[in-house]
Amino acid sequence: MVGGGGGGVGGGLLENANPLIYERSGERPVTAGEEDEQVPDSIDAREIFDLIRSINDPEHPLTLEELNVVEQVRVQVSDPESTVAVAFTPTIPHCSMATLIGLSIKVKLLRSLPQRFKMDVHITPGTHASEHAGKLNKQLADKERVAAALENTHLLEVVNQCLSARS
Amino acid sequence: MAAAAALEAAAPPSALWGLVHDFVTGQQEGPADQVAADVKSGSYTVLQVVEALGSSLENPEHRARARGIQLLSQVLLQCHPLLLEKEVVQLILFYENRLKDHHLVIPAVLQGLKALSLCVALPPGLAVSVLKAIFQEVHVQSLPQMDRHTVYSIITNFMRTREEGPFVEELFEVTSCYFPIDFTPPPNDPHGIQREDLILSLRAVLASTPQFAEFLLPLLIEKVDSELLSAKLDSLQTLDACCAVYGQKELKAFLPSLWASVRREVFQTASERVEAEGLAALHSLTACLSRSVLRADAEDLLDSFLSSILQDCRHHLCEPDMKLVWPSAKLLQAAAGASARACDHVTSNVLPLLLEQFHKHSQSNQRRTILDMILGFLKLQQKWGHEDKDQRPLGSFKDQLCSLVFMALTDPSTQLQLAGIRTLTVLGAQPDLLSSGDLELAVGHLYRLSFLEEDSQSCRVAALEASGALATLYPVAFSNHLVPRLAEELHAGGSDLTGRNGPAKASRHLRCLQALSAVSTHPSLVKETLPLLLQHLWEVHKGNMVEGSSEVIAVCQSLQQVAEKCQQHPESCRYFHQTAIPCLLALAVQASMPEKEPSVLRKVLLEDEVLAAMVSVFGTATTHLSPEVAAQSVAHIVPLFLDGNVSFLPENSFPSRFQPFQDGSSGQRRLVALLMAFVCSLPRDVEIPQLDQLMRELLELSRCHGCPFSSTAAAKCFAGLLNKHPAGQQLDEFLQLAVDTVEAGLDSGPCRSQAFTLLLWVTKALVLRYHPLSSRLTAQLMGLLSDPELGQAAADGFSLLMSDCTDVLTRAGHAEVRIMFRQRFFTDNVPALVQGFHAAPQDVKPNYLKALSHVLNRLPKPVLLPELPTLLSLLLEALSCPDGVVQLSTLGCLQPLLLEAPQVMSLHVDTLVTKFLALASSPSMAVRIAALQCMHALTRLPTPVLLPHRPQVIRALAKPLDDRKRLVRKEAVSARGEWFLLGSPGS
Repeated sequence: MVGGGGGGVGGGLLENANPLIYERSGERPVTAGEEDEQVPDSIDAREIFDLIRSINDPEHPLTLEELNVVEQVRVQVSDPESTVAVAFTPTIPHCSMATLIGLSIKVKLLRSLPQRFKMDVHITPGTHASEHAGKLNKQLADKERVAAALENTHLLEVVNQCLSARS
Repeated sequence: MAAAAALEAAAPPSALWGLVHDFVTGQQEGPADQVAADVKSGSYTVLQVVEALGSSLENPEHRARARGIQLLSQVLLQCHPLLLEKEVVQLILFYENRLKDHHLVIPAVLQGLKALSLCVALPPGLAVSVLKAIFQEVHVQSLPQMDRHTVYSIITNFMRTREEGPFVEELFEVTSCYFPIDFTPPPNDPHGIQREDLILSLRAVLASTPQFAEFLLPLLIEKVDSELLSAKLDSLQTLDACCAVYGQKELKAFLPSLWASVRREVFQTASERVEAEGLAALHSLTACLSRSVLRADAEDLLDSFLSSILQDCRHHLCEPDMKLVWPSAKLLQAAAGASARACDHVTSNVLPLLLEQFHKHSQSNQRRTILDMILGFLKLQQKWGHEDKDQRPLGSFKDQLCSLVFMALTDPSTQLQLAGIRTLTVLGAQPDLLSSGDLELAVGHLYRLSFLEEDSQSCRVAALEASGALATLYPVAFSNHLVPRLAEELHAGGSDLTGRNGPAKASRHLRCLQALSAVSTHPSLVKETLPLLLQHLWEVHKGNMVEGSSEVIAVCQSLQQVAEKCQQHPESCRYFHQTAIPCLLALAVQASMPEKEPSVLRKVLLEDEVLAAMVSVFGTATTHLSPEVAAQSVAHIVPLFLDGNVSFLPENSFPSRFQPFQDGSSGQRRLVALLMAFVCSLPRDVEIPQLDQLMRELLELSRCHGCPFSSTAAAKCFAGLLNKHPAGQQLDEFLQLAVDTVEAGLDSGPCRSQAFTLLLWVTKALVLRYHPLSSRLTAQLMGLLSDPELGQAAADGFSLLMSDCTDVLTRAGHAEVRIMFRQRFFTDNVPALVQGFHAAPQDVKPNYLKALSHVLNRLPKPVLLPELPTLLSLLLEALSCPDGVVQLSTLGCLQPLLLEAPQVMSLHVDTLVTKFLALASSPSMAVRIAALQCMHALTRLPTPVLLPHRPQVIRALAKPLDDRKRLVRKEAVSARGEWFLLGSPGS
């Protein structure tokens, strides 16, 4: 990988060297309601999507949105019930980066959403080798495993790179 | 010493002997310069120097010999212009011979040859001889850096003027061994040489001659494949540079490999820079092949080169998964952009393919990708003007292109519609391509798209822009097929907006007005749209339509946009002004007449917002007037206001006189705003009749209490005229009048606020033009900051002083606005404001802070930065000020300072963190946002300073994550995200 921005893992061959690239959605247009002090804006699917769409892919110089790993239609949120569910789709069925991607999404949500929210990050059903997907979904749901993963300096480093604003 | 012996002997003076001895045996450096100076002044000749050196040049000791030659070389370096051809020949023979000497001597020998390479008197052939000797006797590549540089200089000196033919390969070897440049300047490098300097100089040498081609091109092909990004980029850029001097001959043998390299890079790279350089190189290669003159029997390499590009790219355009379509299209477009011939070749091959693909794919986003590619090729066509209509390559595809565009324009996908609109604009720009039938259809589509609903805003805006662009080219089509439909729509839609479908109809009506102004780009169309808009306004006024102020404002906004489009054409400008202004004035005067039965509706025209909208029409319709038209107009309008002369208005039978400055009704007084918009937008050299009377009336009206709109308009009008008035006695009189009026007003009770407004506007008018009186007036304004009644207004007044107005005192309206007035105001007044703040009693301190905030906020940041140390403590204090404006403005000042002067700011990190976090829960949304932006900017401070605060900040920032406003949450998310990354691995 020559000339890629940060975020490379190792330096070996890419698992999916030539991914299909999707267009980025523009900035969310600011509405009159959003500028009105008096009107409360609830946390909606687009807002959650805006949090995660710019996460960098661990192995490409591209965002999860550009790779179609996350899509707004796969975000379910209920502000009154304080729940959010995000399904993500790794670029290829056996992608070993799935764990890292899931972890990055989870961490981004943990850092960005109010504490009252219950978060569920999982692989889009039917898009990943099944036994692996089940295990991974369980790991991501387990608070202590996520916390333990972030104690690992190397993992934390990669996650932080995924969450850094690209210069 | 054969060479020296052959020179005519001349006895060297004894002084020379001494100097030579001091240099060679005494190891002193000074004598070399002395000898050179003496030679230059004619005290002795070069020959005599050689003679004096005699024994040292033959000394068996290497170092002594080297020292002797060094002296001669140093003298030559300074005195080479004095040498005669004969001497040069002798010296070169000597130096060439010395190249065989011990390696310790070589540096001095090369120095001498460098001096000789600079000689104008160098006879032909000797350069070849010198280079031959160097390459034969010395292994240049293994010399120390200093000496390699000397050889390099010798070569460049020769290259400038002389033949290099026999040494191409050697010259190439000694220069290309540096390629690609890999150099990082050492820290504290006194020479300041950057890597980029070396890359560019070496590239200039390598790409200087086509003779290097056979050696350089294989090297470039190899280095493009390098692992290093910089090597790749350098190679592609060098290839690009070479194409400027190469021809078909040089490229021929390497074309397949060059194409393969460029293709591989563009297809595979993840780096946008590599892609861009690859495309640029392909562009230059194609341009080079297009440019070469061919012999009659030679093969045209351009055709075969383009064919191989097409062969490798076209199948990607047809792959159903569309993976490599964009890189392929970019490659083809890079080649097609190189010349008209290349463009025709590529386009005629690719267009049919893309047209076919469009129909094969059914999804809107795939179709949009294909249409975007087609658009790229069509845009390239515009680059090349085709003289002959039959030769235009698009002609045969026109019908297919049109039907495809119309299909896109009716697609449900906004993105595809947008691509269709862009393509239509480009097709329309091709001369004589579209038929009148095509245009009628196109206009029909644009009409429909101009009425799209809220959620297709971007499409509607694009359609309006396209209408404007195409209307300049095809006014007749728009006049026939669009304007009549809009006229009908305007008439029908305007009749009942309050009924059941009111809101939908109202928005349709608004769109109709916008469409009318959008197509007013051609003078002939303005003559149709302007009467429609004015007619509509008359009907509103006459009460035929039941509408509120928003309708009139919408019409005025449309009129303003038409006026803006007219500014470019003097004739349209005159037409608009002479048609619209009398009409609007007549309407306004009519509305201001006293009535027996007051009707609410007719007073709509006198509302603040409506008059403000008319003001902007008046301004836009006046700034670009020719002096003659302006003079005519001013001769009508000023007497209208001063004398009630209504004769030039289109409908001028009014129930009573128009006397806005005498005892007219308050409605009449309000119309002074229109007078202001007109006279304050006139070019400076237009003379205003009855100026003295006008100024006195304006001052009088500015004192009028009970109607702030009129008195403010009068004050602004007075200030606007004052600003443009040439210096002299009359200006001084006006100023004296103004000062007297202000002082009288401020003294007495009821008119203090009006007097303050006048003071403010007059001060602004003078500050903008650097008038000496401005400092006195500013001081007076500053004094009012402690005034219990006017203090707050005075503080806000500083915002007005520093900001740009839209209606009067604008550059567009020909006001005298000095470029640096804000900096100057800052320098002149901030010390006094700071002092005033410290001296002021506690209850008026916020006024000073607010005034200061306004000044700082408007100041260009580079000017503000150096003032930071003196102001920072004040700004920190301002953070605790309860006033929202002060908080916002202070945060706005501190945010860029955090980014640009993190070291200074880090001294105050404790205060900043505390204050910002407190303001992040302000009741004002704008303050919360600004405070969180500052929290984000804080992360630019040195990490060690921040780390102690990290846990506290991360905890505190959890709260705004749940703010009720989305815009606040967004800032909280980015600030908190950055604080998490601080000092964490991978950030």
